[in-house]
Amino acid sequence: MILLRKFYYGDYGESKLGSSSDNETSSSPSGAGGEWPLWEVFIRSKQGLDHKHAGSLHAVDAAMAIENARDVYTRRMEGVSIWVVESKHIHASNPDDAGALYDPANDKAYRHPTFYNLPDAVKHM
Amino acid sequence: MNVSNIKNSQVSPSEGFREAFTLHLADNALIMGHRNSEWCGHGPILEQDIAISNIALDLIGQSRNFYQYAAQLFNQSTNQPINLATEDSLAYLRDVRDFKNCLLVEQPNADWAQSILKQFFFSTYQYYLYQQLQNNKDEQLKAIAAKALKEVTYHVRWSSEWVIRLGDGTEESKKRSLKALDELWMFTGELFEPAFYETTMNIDFVLLKEGWTKKIRSVFEEATIDIPVENKWHQTGGKIGDHTEHLGFILAEMQFLQRAYPNSEW
Repeated sequence: MILLRKFYYGDYGESKLGSSSDNETSSSPSGAGGEWPLWEVFIRSKQGLDHKHAGSLHAVDAAMAIENARDVYTRRMEGVSIWVVESKHIHASNPDDAGALYDPANDKAYRHPTFYNLPDAVKHM
Repeated sequence: MNVSNIKNSQVSPSEGFREAFTLHLADNALIMGHRNSEWCGHGPILEQDIAISNIALDLIGQSRNFYQYAAQLFNQSTNQPINLATEDSLAYLRDVRDFKNCLLVEQPNADWAQSILKQFFFSTYQYYLYQQLQNNKDEQLKAIAAKALKEVTYHVRWSSEWVIRLGDGTEESKKRSLKALDELWMFTGELFEPAFYETTMNIDFVLLKEGWTKKIRSVFEEATIDIPVENKWHQTGGKIGDHTEHLGFILAEMQFLQRAYPNSEW
């Protein structure tokens, strides 16, 4: 019995399966009742310079993932370029570590460059 | 299968060849689009449900452009300003025998394999037809074809990948692909048999069939499906209003609202 497991972006814990390598078994589209692998979709909008995460979808391979992304995420003219990456290749930080990782930045307002007086001569800042 | 062979003028007095041809293009797109829309909410997987619904919308959009143009042609050629033709009246208030779509597009969806193959046959046909229409002397048809061609290019890509995936897939998908081919092949011959109104529209049907066959052949090769031998016999009649029994059911569902509640609006 193979334990099927979905990996959503932001999930923590995939390392328990030790599946950071490109093993084929988890991405096989066949198999009775097997789910198609999950893909993360990144879309670059017309004005945007960078690809932004748009969501996720299922597809058997990269080609189908791009076509699905085209149909699911660009039907209202959201984008001019698509990236897809299998969700299992994304590693996420552990929510339990949030305190240690992010809280220390809370009281370090001096890291924002808001305390400087800009000379009038400096433009475009 | 065809209802009958009575084919006395299905063309109303004011309906010239150009009007009939435009309606034929519109009906093809509308009925194929309607068939695809039947998949909405029933697709094998969410993403493909959206994909085929998108194609349905593309096709219904194309049909709107053709119906609008046909309505314009009708209204120009008639002197009665009372029953003005509109895109809606042409889509919702004509009867089965007035529809000029090919028999292929009205065939039932059956399973995914059959719907995909139908789409592949039809989109490939549209692709080569619109390529020729792009250079037609009729400015409107030319413009509609040029715009639609981008959509159709994607439909061909999407459907051919599915034909390959299923044909060269599992034993089950192969079996279903072959069954679909068996059911649909007899309806492909009609695509290349010009109806009377097509003869004056400057379409090279030999070239059309050549392009279509070549594309089908190359995709089938990759899908490990044998292309059937050139048919000696095929179903025909849709283009001049002799339809299979399926079209009546489609229209009954599609036209019910407008006929029961005339002029009702969304």
